[in-house]
Amino acid sequence: MSQPNNAVFSFPGGLHLDEQKSTSSTVPISDSPLPKQLILPLSQHIGEAAVPCVSVGDKVLKGQIIAHAEGRISVALHAPTSGTIDKIENHVIPHASGLSAPCIFINSDGEDKWRERSPCADYTTIAIEELQQRIRNAGIVGMGGAGFPSAVKLAPHSAQKVDTLILNGAECEPFITCDDMLMRERAAEIIAGLKIMQYVLQAKQCIIGIEDNKIEAFAALQTAIDADKCENISLKRVSTKYPAGGERQLIYSLLGQEVDSDQRPINIGVVCHNVATAAAVYRAIVHDEPLLSRIVTLAGSGIPQPRNLEVLIGTPIDSLLNNAHASLDELGNVVMGGPMMGFIIEHLHAPVIKTTNCLLATLTRDVKPKPAALACIRCGDCADVCPAYLLPQQLYWFSRANEFDPIQEYHLFDCIECGCCDYVCPSHIPIVQYIRHAKTAIWQQESDTKKSNHARERHEKRLERLERVKREKKESHNRKKAALNKNKENDVDPKKAAILAAMARANKRKEGLDSAPKNTENLTADQQQQIDDADARRQSEKKAANNKDKDSA
Amino acid sequence: MWIAILILTAVALVFGLVLGFAAIRFKVKSDPVVDKIDALLPQTQCGQCTFPGCRPYAEAIASGEVEINQCPPGGDATIVALADLLGRDPLPLNPENGIVKEEKTVVIIDEQICIGCTLCIQACPVDAILGAAKQMHTVIVDECTGCDLCIPPCPVDCIYIVPVKQDVNDWQWPSPDVESVPT
Repeated sequence: MSQPNNAVFSFPGGLHLDEQKSTSSTVPISDSPLPKQLILPLSQHIGEAAVPCVSVGDKVLKGQIIAHAEGRISVALHAPTSGTIDKIENHVIPHASGLSAPCIFINSDGEDKWRERSPCADYTTIAIEELQQRIRNAGIVGMGGAGFPSAVKLAPHSAQKVDTLILNGAECEPFITCDDMLMRERAAEIIAGLKIMQYVLQAKQCIIGIEDNKIEAFAALQTAIDADKCENISLKRVSTKYPAGGERQLIYSLLGQEVDSDQRPINIGVVCHNVATAAAVYRAIVHDEPLLSRIVTLAGSGIPQPRNLEVLIGTPIDSLLNNAHASLDELGNVVMGGPMMGFIIEHLHAPVIKTTNCLLATLTRDVKPKPAALACIRCGDCADVCPAYLLPQQLYWFSRANEFDPIQEYHLFDCIECGCCDYVCPSHIPIVQYIRHAKTAIWQQESDTKKSNHARERHEKRLERLERVKREKKESHNRKKAALNKNKENDVDPKKAAILAAMARANKRKEGLDSAPKNTENLTADQQQQIDDADARRQSEKKAANNKDKDSA
Repeated sequence: MWIAILILTAVALVFGLVLGFAAIRFKVKSDPVVDKIDALLPQTQCGQCTFPGCRPYAEAIASGEVEINQCPPGGDATIVALADLLGRDPLPLNPENGIVKEEKTVVIIDEQICIGCTLCIQACPVDAILGAAKQMHTVIVDECTGCDLCIPPCPVDCIYIVPVKQDVNDWQWPSPDVESVPT
């Protein structure tokens, strides 16, 4: 029964969820209107925040770099439209914490005027290093949701050979259809981007993995591959099961290979990118268009017509929702990401960022109150559905008890926070939040230890320094004392000796005054004449003075 | 008999040499227990434990002179960790040594008021204050441990305690247990 295009492996655990994708995937992607002001957080990716290279009042053009990448794991940030830099200050960002972070504000001038672009039709004429650099400078990050700088994944160490490049088109979370729509409408861009990535990585084969519920997208990509006549790109269906789009889960589904807990896919010769990332790479290299916009799914009961929009990065979420005719007052909550892994956005004036794949707005009347958590009954359902072979209930117990050493022995950091355990828990325990709490608490502990070690070092250095200063003072005191004693032994008063020495110096200088003049060799006749005149004048004056003295005497 | 004596002497010599070498080569410079205790202490060097710094307190704990509940910056977490390490019973924090701060703090100097007396510089255990006599002083916030030792010596009261600003990178997901407690 198995078709050649179907993946044969199935990862453990997982859930069959109500997809809810049909409403938003019936309408084609449309452009979101240009907002008056764009808010661009400096850190929209994993790694170091970008560093601003514009100042308030500067005029910027569309696509112009406004913040440089800082460090290896970082990407640049660009102006999504032309306009003026209004301010650079903290603003609330879409993050689970609801905290603020530094953002660049751009007032758009409405002209949407591009900077000068240098399109490149044939990427093979460019060196691989140059392509990696261009992708980094184009600000491209993983568009699936994690936001890891793509250039880093496209530049493996020379010892690491890439065998397979996987393009992730699984998009397994309910409601989200942005990748689905992208694959349907822009399949050729994805294939072109994939080929650039393959060239950069020198990968032997490419596999695009799609969940088998995306029939149109599969057909569109197949058509694009056929049209391009590329041999080493294959398209594979994976069975629709959440979280089929998890990196390790997809690799297992397609290749039957597992990535060890302490390793990354590159260690087994695999690199995995999202389909939207491939499209972004195509635009960046071929059209010289950096990552300025992304496709965002607007869905949920609060959106009258769920759809996908091409949204400029930095568009405030409230203006986006207003344009989609959602009435903000009636919204119970807005979730960024899907219902399984997303988080509630507290402040709707936060902007859309590079990793905003979906905004799920729910009406107040549809928000179900979270049932109170009951005691864990150790049923083991969570372990059955865990796609990462973990024991979520053990992690839950350890996290509750703040036992952070044993929890790591249970591979806490292998958890992909997919939320399957939460979903099936009959006691409604928010297991993922316990896991997230433990993860962030461990990071905090590590950073605290680092800081306290640093403080200890500084304190020890200070004590050392004080000790040294004390010792040096004592030594110099001793030296002076010894000198004094020595003089006393020789029965010489040091003050007298100092006076004598000073007198000797003065006498010596006096003698020096009567010494012969210097620089008197090689004089011209004229100069000699002047000197003789001066001497004669001095002599006569001396004589006159002497005579005067005699007269007065 | 002579052979036996000779053999035993030779064996004794060889082992003596081996032991002597090992004693020099593998010499432990400081007490490893003190190091372990010191590693658990928060290194604020605040002296609230009545010792001049964290290491002296660690030494006192190791010698059994004092209890393990005299470190307010470490709080209960440090007490539990010390109890685990030393096999002692965890005790509640001794209120005589101070109370646990609700949030992390650092100090800042109001440069407008500072007269440049250098007293705070001399008090800072980690050299986190920069300045010179009759010059403006300022705190290197990243190095400040929040020990507040610089505050009493200041003659013009220009040093303030401020909470450490939390940013996205050091934000922690709250435990659901904490959340469910009504506030």
